[in-house]
Amino acid sequence: MSGAMLELILKATLDTLYMVGVSGLISALLGVPLGVLLYVTRPGQVLAHPLASQVLGAVTNVGRSVPFIILMVAIIPFTRLLVGTSIGTNAAIVPLTIAAIPFVARLVEGALNEVPPGLVEAAQSMGATPRQIILKVLLPEARGGIFTGLTITVVTLISYSAMAGAVGGGGLGDLGIRYGYNRFDPTVMLITVVILVVMVQGFQMLGDRLVRRTDHK
Amino acid sequence: MIRLHNVSKTYYLKGDPKRGLKSRGKGRSDASPGRDAEPRVVEALKNVDLHVPQGQIHGVIGLSGAGKSTLIRCVNLLERPTAGSVFVDGQELTGLANGALHRARHRIGMIFQHFNLLTNRNVFDNVSLPLELMGMQRAAIRERVTPLLELVGLADKADQYPARLSGGQKQRVAIARALASRPRVLLCDEATSALDPQTTGSILALLRDINHKLGLTILLITHEMEVVKSICHRVSLISDGKLVEEADVGDFFTAPRTRLGREFLNDFLQLEPPRALIERLEETPGDHTHPVVRLAFSGDAVSTPLISRLARECGVDVSILQAKVESIQERTLGLMIAELIGATRETARAIDYLETHDLHVEVLGHVRRDA
Repeated sequence: MSGAMLELILKATLDTLYMVGVSGLISALLGVPLGVLLYVTRPGQVLAHPLASQVLGAVTNVGRSVPFIILMVAIIPFTRLLVGTSIGTNAAIVPLTIAAIPFVARLVEGALNEVPPGLVEAAQSMGATPRQIILKVLLPEARGGIFTGLTITVVTLISYSAMAGAVGGGGLGDLGIRYGYNRFDPTVMLITVVILVVMVQGFQMLGDRLVRRTDHK
Repeated sequence: MIRLHNVSKTYYLKGDPKRGLKSRGKGRSDASPGRDAEPRVVEALKNVDLHVPQGQIHGVIGLSGAGKSTLIRCVNLLERPTAGSVFVDGQELTGLANGALHRARHRIGMIFQHFNLLTNRNVFDNVSLPLELMGMQRAAIRERVTPLLELVGLADKADQYPARLSGGQKQRVAIARALASRPRVLLCDEATSALDPQTTGSILALLRDINHKLGLTILLITHEMEVVKSICHRVSLISDGKLVEEADVGDFFTAPRTRLGREFLNDFLQLEPPRALIERLEETPGDHTHPVVRLAFSGDAVSTPLISRLARECGVDVSILQAKVESIQERTLGLMIAELIGATRETARAIDYLETHDLHVEVLGHVRRDA
């Protein structure tokens, strides 16, 4: 294999890590609060609010139901507004993030739902405010579930990022299709797939370790 | 210290009554009731009046679904009463805005059947939680928590996580946590129901100790007579959302006034006439019948040889079918089921005699002598 090819593979790997890293980080920062809101506005919860609950739920569902490849193309004007261009890795990060936020939010909501209601009740009996209940009870107790959800999100982002080639986003998936598939180069195809597998394994292990370290259930 | 005045709680439910009731009664759970179902009205509490003076341990006993949980949750307004008012330590909680209510709850500790410890905090940090919520500084928290852990006998477990503790140890942590904010009142929601009998005993001893040492007022709900017997000063009986009977525990064990009270007591004491006799019991006396009586006596009567005197002075023979002696608080209570054998006039006189000697006599029925 030529040095040029290796360089391409290296660049593609870094592109993938960059896209997944940035979109993963932003979607966690926005998705976790959204997940918390989805949960606490449910009927019977500490900030129960039927209207907010329904609106947030509907918005989240819309975000979750648009196929990623369509979302990517559909929000091009928004992407251009945000990063000044509609092609390249930065442009790919926008749809990746937008797709991941509701994904994270639903996983976080699910993790919060696993916190026994008795713990919230106990905190209420101690005079905890809703804000204290969220920060001192719900989030710490759902920590394991939230980290598990974020790991799933990163892994999903790795696979979504392969579609980023459609907007010239680069990355391993794009390389695999252009060189491995379109130019019938099985070696390149194999290498990209192996790197992706290793990447997924690595993130999964990291996530599992984080959950074990921080969760005392 | 705790006063409930005419408190009622009504739930308006839709759909499956059981699922709906649980989901609201226990706080959360998103069992969303069906939309097309008829709304149902459940009166969980009906005009409840309750007063627990400073330093008293008051037990509320009742069957599942009687409204015990709702009652105790109305005291700290985890459930807001539909009507009526709740006073704790002279302050009307039902009139407070949210912020003031959160502060008032710092003066009310609560422990639960399933302990409700935070799994991701160790023992020390669990006990710290209420103090953190009050905004106390780290150093002050340490000073407060360490002696509490000693009080509940878990000083050596400060760094352990709840998953490593036994049920009894978890409840001790929960008690320390409930005491951290120095409450005036402790609410116990079936605090020993998930524990084995031996552990129950040690937790009850701890509660009694706390009541004694700190003068803490305790309101507890339970379905176990054992709990009432071993630590309560006073007991209320709840049935179908109403308090149907209230008495000092000694009096309740001597002579419950309601049918439900008698059922609870008989279940607990296992003091029933033999089955064969029950089948022969008749409600009204006949020509050749003898009364079967349940005798309860306490205080001096326990040590007086009344039965033999009964034979001598009234000419009645006593056949003892069942008997036991219980200690309740500082009192000794004797209980007996006996058949009084003699002519109708004499047995009537014997019952009078017993009553004048401060025995509680309940005629369970009459048996035919020749049967």
